[in-house]
This record gives sequence, structure tokens and C-alpha cells, in this order.
Amino acid sequence: MQAFNLDLCDLPPGVDVLREEVRSFLFETLGSYSKPNRARSWSAFDADFSGRLGDRGWLGMTWPEPYGSSRSALERYIVIEELLAFGAPVAAHWIGERQSGPLLLRFGSDKQQEKLLPGIASGKSFFCIGMSEPNSGSDLASINTHAKRDNDGWVVNGQKIWTTYAQKCHYMIALVRTSGSVKDRHDGLSQLIINLRDPGITISPIRNMIGDKEFNEVKFDNVFVSDSMLVGEEGNGWQQVIAELAFERSGPDRFLSAYRLMVELIRMFHKTEDKHAEVAIGRLTAHLVTLRQMSLAVAAVLETGEQPTIEATVIKDLGVAFEQLIPEIAHDLINVAPNILHGSDYEKSLAYIQQACVSFSLRGGTTEILRSVIARGLGLR
Amino acid sequence: MTEISKTLAETCDRLFSNLINNDVLRETELAVWPDPIWQQIEENGLTFAMVNENHGGSGIKWIDCFQIIYWSGYYSVPVPLVETMVSSWFLSQHNQAPPKGVITFFCDGKPLDLIESNNSYKISGIIERIPWGASADYVLAEAYNSNKQVYVLLDAKKSKIVKDKNISGESRDSMTFDKASPLTVIDISDAFRSNSLLVYAALARSVQMSGGISAILDNCISYSREREQFGQPIAKFQAIQHQLAILAAEAAAAKIASQIACRAADLIDVSSGLEFEVATAKIRAGESAGLAASIGHQVHGAIGFTDEYSLHYITRRLWSWRSEYGSESYWARRIGKEVIAGGADNLWADITARL
Ligand SMILES: Cc1cc2nc3c(=O)[nH]c(=O)nc-3n(C[C@H](O)[C@H](O)[C@H](O)COP(=O)(O)OP(=O)(O)OC[C@H]3O[C@@H](n4cnc5c(N)ncnc54)[C@H](O)[C@@H]3O)c2cc1C
Repeated sequence: MQAFNLDLCDLPPGVDVLREEVRSFLFETLGSYSKPNRARSWSAFDADFSGRLGDRGWLGMTWPEPYGSSRSALERYIVIEELLAFGAPVAAHWIGERQSGPLLLRFGSDKQQEKLLPGIASGKSFFCIGMSEPNSGSDLASINTHAKRDNDGWVVNGQKIWTTYAQKCHYMIALVRTSGSVKDRHDGLSQLIINLRDPGITISPIRNMIGDKEFNEVKFDNVFVSDSMLVGEEGNGWQQVIAELAFERSGPDRFLSAYRLMVELIRMFHKTEDKHAEVAIGRLTAHLVTLRQMSLAVAAVLETGEQPTIEATVIKDLGVAFEQLIPEIAHDLINVAPNILHGSDYEKSLAYIQQACVSFSLRGGTTEILRSVIARGLGLR
Repeated sequence: MTEISKTLAETCDRLFSNLINNDVLRETELAVWPDPIWQQIEENGLTFAMVNENHGGSGIKWIDCFQIIYWSGYYSVPVPLVETMVSSWFLSQHNQAPPKGVITFFCDGKPLDLIESNNSYKISGIIERIPWGASADYVLAEAYNSNKQVYVLLDAKKSKIVKDKNISGESRDSMTFDKASPLTVIDISDAFRSNSLLVYAALARSVQMSGGISAILDNCISYSREREQFGQPIAKFQAIQHQLAILAAEAAAAKIASQIACRAADLIDVSSGLEFEVATAKIRAGESAGLAASIGHQVHGAIGFTDEYSLHYITRRLWSWRSEYGSESYWARRIGKEVIAGGADNLWADITARL
């Protein structure tokens, strides 16, 4: 018996050209982008940069025309892994391109697609995820925010929290209860597209422990959402959310979030001969190479239209462990303190990643929740 | 997966599960050579799977033969199938027709002495920890003198044997040669620098480990569903579930890592470097092996610590294989050195160019 199957995939021919295009684009547009800034990578919000990526046709590449250019999932993979390895500021479009767009393509109406996809693909309209609430984190099915029927639409009341970049995004795709009560759990949930400029919405940034304002509290006070903004079917929200999370869990963002610290760490040993560093860096490299091939293998399966949910979850679990290992090894090898304000490139990168990496095993499903998902896949639950 | 891979996987899964059981494993640990098993394996053409067609083999690629080696690890096949496969392939690759029979190899220590006289060669010296040296017909070994490095194929029966074992009871014998005449001499001084036999031996052990790790996972899944405590199968406890989730992730990583190296072995010719991919495989599979063995024993409780129960046949092999042909630290240092020397900003380009 084999629990699940991931087999090596080969990249399609011709991707080297695309890869080189992305590299020279990055060199031209972000040549002087500082090393510590690069360590922030997909947490850094830069609307202008996202717009440029859109101009190049590198957002929504896999989507069918007229929204995208029907490129393969592996080609998109090449683009995003190059962005992440460089440490480009991709947060503005990240969620929309990675999951909201694909969600709308799969479940959205023609009207929604016409109205929203061009904005995502051009890097001009940004999305956030409205799932978590103050009393519903891992237990997402227990959410309280509800939408009541009102003529040709819905009236939403409640509160979302931890919504990354809600203060800068145009739309939220919110999971809300449209019927029944909290006791009904997965039944009666739906997804609504909410225009964050609509009346009745209060967005308050929450300072995180690094001092950045990325996530927010979002309150809904009788916010009207028209019927045309319901995604997919009423009551099918849970299934849609599960499908959406599969897009989220296997990409290169799942193991490259701390890559820039690894680069700075390697740089510290330039022209030295240090046995411990050689062993530790060799080991990290082996992990990186393996994770990348696992993640590519999942991308290849996604391309066939299958849903490798468990495999994707495995990658997130291993990927996060790898990312969190990097600052640990840095401390093992080098006797300097992280310093975010006045440090060297290395010290600043360490300072940021050291703090940020604790959140990697929380967002997108905690490690514990992921392991339970894997265990279910193994037939243990 | 290719069709050949699928066929090989099914064949080997079936063949090995029929051939191998606890009794067989116990007896072979007492140094009984399981000849009927060897015969069946040879008859199925597995030893010659990778050998070129013009030498009577099947010319199957590494990425497909992955399956044979993986399943041999999964079932703890207690004969030197892998050593024979790799040696035969290596000979064939260097235009030497491999002989039939058991071929073992030596590639991780001080080479044998190569003595040149009157345009012929003699081989002397002692080599240690040779897999199934006592049962082998031939040994493919490194030999050298001050101006030449070669591989020689020797008649194993012409050596003086001292028997020994690794901790899983697989035979690891020492062989002493005294002016033996080599059957074949391959002069590949260059290959000592890049893809020596050591690289392929390490690759093979990585694949075997990935098979063994998957076997532990499967054992743990079925055992945890059967074993009841506190009135329910232990599989229902979240602590157990999470340990097995970790194990499953490690099994997947070890498998992909060793496939990476197999694919590279097909793409890269013997004269250019394969060590990066093999190091990745050996490091990753070795780490996973350690974790898998610990989790495997933890989940099984006391029964797993008994001689009677089969778990230790796999876990003891994993601990042995992990340190054979270069431990994790050995390989990590080899590639870590290169990564550092290559420069921090070039790592990503190097990784994406190779794979
Ligand atoms: C930086 C950051 C950005 C985020 N961005 C977004 C966003 O954009 N949109 C959004 O909707 N959410 C976002 N989140 C929220 C994130 O999805 C939640 O943090 C996550 O789902 C966990 O919920 P919680 O924080 O309430 O923790 P809890 O669910 O309270 O968990 C606390 C601890 O208990 C454990 N636990 C809980 N249940 C179980 C169980 N059944 N078995 C075992 N252990 C359990 C958890 O694993 C964890 O260790 C973000 C979070 C962070 C940190």
C-alpha cells in the first residue's frame, strides 16, 4: 500500500526562456532593491510592482483567454518561484492571483469573471481572504458573521480578523453564514465578494509583533451585498473554501519564505573554510532541492485537474519546518545578534525572518491542523 | 510514472512479498546464504535490468530501476541484488560485459594496490566491510598505484575472507587479495574525481532507504489501527496521528529526493558531476530514515522491540544504510563547500539550471 503518490515531474521545454525573461525583468525593475527588503518578499505590498507584472502578462497566466494566456501551471510556477527567490514585493496581488482568481474561475459567474478577473490579471485590483474570526480560527466552520436575505441581495453583519492587507485591498472574499446557525457547522456557509469601499465596513489595522501593519480587523455593520456577488452556490461555501486552500498549500511560497535569509547566511561564509557551515549549508540545500521538486510534482498533478489535497498539505508542513530551521541554523553558525534597524544585511534579514517565521506555521492552517488533515488522508481518522 | 516503472513496481512488490518473510530474514542473519531467493531474482532478470542490451541486459534507466531498488528496500531483500545491479551496470557502462553471478563492490576506503609488471596487473591488499563478500562470485573494487587509478573486477573466491556484519545482520566481510589477477581492468582515473562508484553506491542506498521508510509507514498505519488501548485503536489518538503524518511527509521527501538522483543519473553521463543530486538524496533519505525508525518504534511500543516482530529488520537496515557510502554530514559537507564557493547569489541559478 502506498499512502499517497508524488512522482517527479519534468519541466516542459522552453521554460528556460521564460525564466530568463523574468530574471532580466527583475534585474531591471528591482536591481537596487535592498537585501533586507527582499527578506520580506511576499509580505511586502507594492501596487506599482504588481501593475508591472500585470503589464508583462505574468498574472493569471494559466487562466483562459481573454483573462489570461492559457499557459501551463508549470510555467506559472517558474514565474512565481523566480519572484520569490529574488525576494520581490508580491503581496499586493498575491492572494488574488493565487486563490481568489482561480476560485472565481471555478465557481464564479460569467458576470463576476468579466468584472473582476481583468483587474486581478492586470495587477490593479487586490483581494484579501475573510475567513478567520475572533472566535473561529482553526475551527473555521464555527464562524459567526452572517448574511441575511434582503430583496435582491444580502445584509452582512459580523467581524473578520487577521485579514492580511484588508486596509489596502479592493475586495474581500468572505466566508459567511447564509442560513442555519453555528450548530449547523459546514452547512449553510457561503462565499461573498465584498467591495471593501462599501458603506458599513470598518477596517482597523492590527500592529503585529514586528511592528508592521499587515493584518486587520474588519467589522461589518449592515453591509449590503448584491446577489450578483455570491460566489458559486448558496450553502456551498465550505466545499469552495477547501478547494481554495489546495491552491494555497503547495506553491513555492510554502518553502521559499525564508530563502533570502539562507542566501545572506551563505554570503557570510564567502571565502572561508568552516566545516560546520559547510555541513549545515549542504543540508539546507538538500532540503530546499527536495521541497522544490515535491512542490513541482504537486503543480504537475494540479495541472491534470486532480486535487492533490493531502500531498499539498504535506508540502506545507515540511516547507514550514524547513523555513523555521533556517534561523535556527543561522544562530548555530554565527555569533551575531539580529538587528532590524541598524544591522548589516545579514542581521536585518535574520531579525525579520526570526520573528516572521513563527507565523508561517499558523497562517493557511496551523501545523496541528495540517497534520490532522494528513492523518485523515492516511486513513487514521 | 512510466509504463516500465509501473510494471517493475508491480513485479517487484509481488516477487519480493512472496520470497521474503521473517523466517528468511532471521536465517540470513545467521549467515545462511538464501540461494533459492537469489536464483529467483536472477531468473527474473533483475540483476541485469540496467545492463546495456548489447551485454545481454535490459538497458532500463535508473529512474525506472528506482522501483526495483525501492521495493528491495521495502521488503529488506537479504541478498546483494542492489550491489550486483550497480556493479553490472557500471561494468557495462564502461564497455565491459558483466559476468552472471553475485557481484559486490568496494568503493569507500583505501583502494587495493595495483602492481604493474611485464605488461600485466596484479592486485593485493585488504578491503573491508564488503557486502556479502563471502557469498559473492566477483568484486568490483578500486585499485591504484602512484600513477594510475583503476577499477578491477576480481574473482571473489580467490580472496581470504573474514566474516563480519552490519547492525542489521547483513554480511559485511573483509577480503584479502594477494597478487590476484584481475579479470577486468577499467582505467578511469578521471572518474575518481567525479562520478566514482561511491556516488552510485550512495544513490542505491538512498533509494533502498526510501523503500524502507515507506515500509515503516505502512506497518505503522496498519498496526495503529489494530492495536487498542483505552478502548480504542491507538490510531484515534491525535498524538499518534501527528507522528504518522510527520512520518508520511518524510517518506514522501525521501522518495522524491532519491528519484531526483536517479533522474540525474540518467541525464548526466558518467564523466560529469552527479554528486549534487546524490548528496541531496543521501542526506534527505538519511535524515528521514532516522526519524522514521524512531517514530516506527515509538508507535509500536514494546512489541516492536522484540526479536519476534518484524519492525527491526527494517529499522536496523535503515541505521546501517544511513552511514554506508557517506553519512549525511559527509555528503552535506561536499555540497555545502561547493554552494559556499559558488557564491550566495548563484545558488538559485545553479539549482534551477540542474533540475
Ligand atoms: C500573519 C498571519 C496572517 C493571516 N492572514 C489571514 C487572512 O488573510 N485571512 C484569514 O482569514 N486569516 C488569516 N490568518 C489567520 C489564520 O488562518 C489563523 O491564525 C489560523 O487559522 C489559526 O487560528 P487561531 O490563530 O485562531 O489559532 P487557534 O485555532 O486558536 O489555535 C491555537 C493553537 O491550538 C491548536 N489547535 C486548534 N485546534 C486544534 C485541534 N483540533 N487539534 C490540535 N490542535 C489544535 C492550533 O494548532 C494552535 O497551535 C492569519 C494569521 C497570521 C498569523
